[in-house]
Amino acid sequence: MMILSGDPPRSRVLSILLVIIIAALAVTPLVFPGAKAMNVATKICIFAALVASYDLLLGYTGSVSFAHTMFYGIGSYAIAIALYSMGPSWAAVATGLAIGLPLAALLALGIGLFSLRVEAIFFAMITLAVASAFLVLASQLSWLTGGEDGRSFQLPELLRPGTVLISKDLFGFAVNGRTLTYYIVLVAAAAMILGLLRVVNSPFGRVLQAIRENRFRAEALGYRTVFHLTYANCLAALVAASAGALNALWLRYAGPDTSLSFSIMLDILLMVVIGGMGTMYGAIIGAAIFILAQNYLQTLMSVASNAAADAGLPLLPGLLHPDRWLLWLGLLFIASVYFFPTGIVGRLRAGARRPLR
Amino acid sequence: MKNVALHHELHMTLSLETQDLTIRFGGHVAVNGVSCRFRPGELTAIVGPNGAGKTTYFNLISGQLRASAGSILLDGQDITRLSVPLRTRAGLGRAFQLTNLFPNLSVEENVRLAIQSASGVHYDMLRPWMTRRDLIARADAILDSVALGGRRDVAATALSHGDQRKLEVALMMALEPKVFMFDEPTAGMSVDEVPVVLDLIARLKQDSSKIILLVEHKMDVVRSLADRIIVLHNGRLVADGNPAEVIASPIVQEAYLGIAPGKRTA
Repeated sequence: MMILSGDPPRSRVLSILLVIIIAALAVTPLVFPGAKAMNVATKICIFAALVASYDLLLGYTGSVSFAHTMFYGIGSYAIAIALYSMGPSWAAVATGLAIGLPLAALLALGIGLFSLRVEAIFFAMITLAVASAFLVLASQLSWLTGGEDGRSFQLPELLRPGTVLISKDLFGFAVNGRTLTYYIVLVAAAAMILGLLRVVNSPFGRVLQAIRENRFRAEALGYRTVFHLTYANCLAALVAASAGALNALWLRYAGPDTSLSFSIMLDILLMVVIGGMGTMYGAIIGAAIFILAQNYLQTLMSVASNAAADAGLPLLPGLLHPDRWLLWLGLLFIASVYFFPTGIVGRLRAGARRPLR
Repeated sequence: MKNVALHHELHMTLSLETQDLTIRFGGHVAVNGVSCRFRPGELTAIVGPNGAGKTTYFNLISGQLRASAGSILLDGQDITRLSVPLRTRAGLGRAFQLTNLFPNLSVEENVRLAIQSASGVHYDMLRPWMTRRDLIARADAILDSVALGGRRDVAATALSHGDQRKLEVALMMALEPKVFMFDEPTAGMSVDEVPVVLDLIARLKQDSSKIILLVEHKMDVVRSLADRIIVLHNGRLVADGNPAEVIASPIVQEAYLGIAPGKRTA
């Protein structure tokens, strides 16, 4: 239980869901080795960590940041630029991390100390401004970032798809560099989520919740809340940048659309709200459901649409046409926010009638 | 702090003093040149009509408001420019007039957060909070002392108004401050709940090393607890002395304590 820092899922359904998701992610390369399934599974891992780090801010401290994709982008670009300019070596990966992570943390420190002293809305506005500036910067400094095209690069030998680590005749499935990369992503994401779970259940993390509940009183108890909020901001930035680095390693590419755009920010917001704010586990559930829907809803709808057409039903084939998938995705989210205002995890836990602590 | 000599020294030097303390809001002077020295082992009641500046005076001392002029000295150290958390760490404890808790955290957690702060555990992020059994045990002891032991797992917001007032006081006790500032601790409490809080304050008085300040409307409470009364009116300090004298003085009788006909008999 200590690996979960004394904060178990506290709901049987939630525990089962988590076990299913984690088990599915663990066996994906063996059972569904196709490119699409692997991409979806990797994205779930990376976003679970990214959303968990955003939950640290939004769910546990109550501060709304729009700069989370910026930190994600810093991690992505740091890896991409390092591997692009230094060539495909482990030294380049290490250099990318050694530059990207401290840069993200320093920027978060600056933003925090500057804007977390005052009203929460000021922090939101500052993060929005800085993130917009960063997005422009990334597309303008094309000599460094590749502009709108971004940067593609080669991975170190060990991580390439062509590198066969265990041949198929040994266990019945092949383990290549791609499989290894996937498991690096999975383990790193799991470690980050467990680390965040530890932080939110530490004495420090409980102070964050106190600040969310009543900052005035937290100050009166002797907590210098601006430092707590700033440290939380730095930690969230570090995890976001690490997730960005993993993303770049997986895609062998970093560009504005995959790592900096505001649509990613919206996705993160949706995932954290759907999963359940202030729970950490909500990040895993939210990321899994959202990304699965994003990738498979269209397929599912085309199956349903064809079935309806075959059955000769009126209207339904048109409504369920795969081109309408965004409409249904939108409706799905509105419904989930309406019926589960505390998120899926909040709903499941309320059903389990837990004691408060 | 554990050794006797140091404790004795603290006892000797503890003092709280405001010098010409003033705050203006635009043209309105809410607290106007109040100079007063508070001594350990003495419970000072601050009385006066509504709007006299009592709570504003408290806010200036505990730091929620910054003085326009004048200064505040704690143990001879000027704390006028210190932030709220630093004043709390310097030894000022405050229970608020309007209940001011962490509504969705458990009763125990509310108190534990205060103890955690007083124990200097501010940024520990590597171990789970529940491994700090010492903090939990102390929180439970304090909850027992205010008769809230049976409610420790309930969210603070689910408590009755009276219990919330008790929790408010428990948070201040948990800080183990040198100066206790009670702002109408029994306001809105039912008659049978009041004695718990009064007993608590009476018990605190037995420790002669503490300074206790009390803003209170109920004269029977003031009479039974106060060693000294100061009277504020329109932001000015207009009377200061032992309870019998102050209460008996004609100006207080008529204008501020509402004993005269037509005034409220608070």
